[in-house]
Amino acid sequence: MSDQTVVCRCEDITREKLLEVISQGYRTIDEIKRATRAGMGPCQGRTCRLLIAQELSKIYGIPMEEVLMPTFRPPVKPISMGMLADAYVEEHGGDA
Amino acid sequence: MGKNYDAIIIGGGIVGCSVAFELATRGMKNILIIERKYATSGNTGKCGAGIRQQWGSELNATLAYESTNIFEHLEEYTGYNHSCGLNQTGYLLIACNDAEWRQFQANIPVQHKIGIKSYTVDLEKDIFKIVPHINTDGLVGAVYCHEDGSADPFHCTLAYMQGAKRLGVEVMTYATVTELAAEGGRIKGVRTTNGDFNAPLVINCANQWAAALSAQVGDEIPIVPERHQAVITEPVAPMGYDNGAMPMVMSWQRRFFCQQTLHGSFIMGEIEAVPTTASDANWDYLESNCHTITTTLPALRSLRVLRHWAGHFDMSPDHTPIISFSKNAEGLLTICGFSGHGFMIAPRTAVMVARKICGESDTIDINKFRVERFKSGDLLLEPMAL
Repeated sequence: MSDQTVVCRCEDITREKLLEVISQGYRTIDEIKRATRAGMGPCQGRTCRLLIAQELSKIYGIPMEEVLMPTFRPPVKPISMGMLADAYVEEHGGDA
Repeated sequence: MGKNYDAIIIGGGIVGCSVAFELATRGMKNILIIERKYATSGNTGKCGAGIRQQWGSELNATLAYESTNIFEHLEEYTGYNHSCGLNQTGYLLIACNDAEWRQFQANIPVQHKIGIKSYTVDLEKDIFKIVPHINTDGLVGAVYCHEDGSADPFHCTLAYMQGAKRLGVEVMTYATVTELAAEGGRIKGVRTTNGDFNAPLVINCANQWAAALSAQVGDEIPIVPERHQAVITEPVAPMGYDNGAMPMVMSWQRRFFCQQTLHGSFIMGEIEAVPTTASDANWDYLESNCHTITTTLPALRSLRVLRHWAGHFDMSPDHTPIISFSKNAEGLLTICGFSGHGFMIAPRTAVMVARKICGESDTIDINKFRVERFKSGDLLLEPMAL
């Protein structure tokens, strides 16, 4: 990967930016997410989290399986608020 | 025994980091912050990020107003080289019954006395110049303050933490305080998963976990963790008036808050207030939240939800923080019970705490926040807590 490779496509975070925050001492994917927004876009980190894990694994010399995964938050895929609101009305009645 | 410090601060959230910074600013050099994971990994990083000056009690309104003044230049104040994300697009509070409307109107003179620029909003015309697409069915009145808004909890906390570090404060992350060490009625230090540390002053800023720690020396801190959930959408073009981000819309009767961030996403939450330490986000909540919010803000129906999470409010009995020196272990100070508005009042609270410790005078009387108020009945009641 070159430094200009885009690691997080949703939030447009390059490998250069990723290495910069790691050099500032951020140790986990969750910390990097809060510092850069990597993993906060529509795909919710499905693309970038393994790429970030690879870099952390290399830099800190820890096996990939020991890199702490971020907290996975629902929903898995983006869903419209209207669809969720209609599901509520379907289940509970009320003014649709 | 381990290393000696002048002060040990437990907790790397907004409260612990801002208190460390304010103490270091006043010349205290030998300070250690101990954080279980990383800065903001507790409830600061899960909070709704809102900054509201429209409070009902003079005390909370003053703390929020003077904290906002600090948020307005926090980067310069702490020497931070990244934006702290302050977004002053305002808070619109909507009243859906007469009691709420009377309360909102009663708040205005309290707020004006302090300097908060809140005002009542006409529902026929003016409200649409604040939130163009709001459904006004069922609304009785509304108040607005443009200087309210939000900031980035992570960067604000980091600003304080890095500022503190530059002034010599040490930060130990991924270390858990397991025990408060006290002897002969005095605090001696702390035991952690990373060794023992000594200090004559220990400041417990551990939020919902603070009470259990201070209970070790016999202090009774009556806080209850309450689970609250929040939801965030994909970013979209500004949906406020005149191409601005949509301000915060907040309702007590309908029990929700919803605001567009500068990034374009909408952050929102239906208030559920479940007294539990469980931190699971549940699906029923997500559907109910979307139903509640799209009833008042129908234009949000097309937005897609990206993320949904849960965090905790550390509720005190009167919804106002507890800032209390221990009677059982001299030198132990517990600061918790912010009841869901710790982020927005932390900057000024930290100044107040540091002034007290360093023997400076203050315009706000910190003694009002002592835990003894729950026994004496001198409660600091706040009508505008969510």
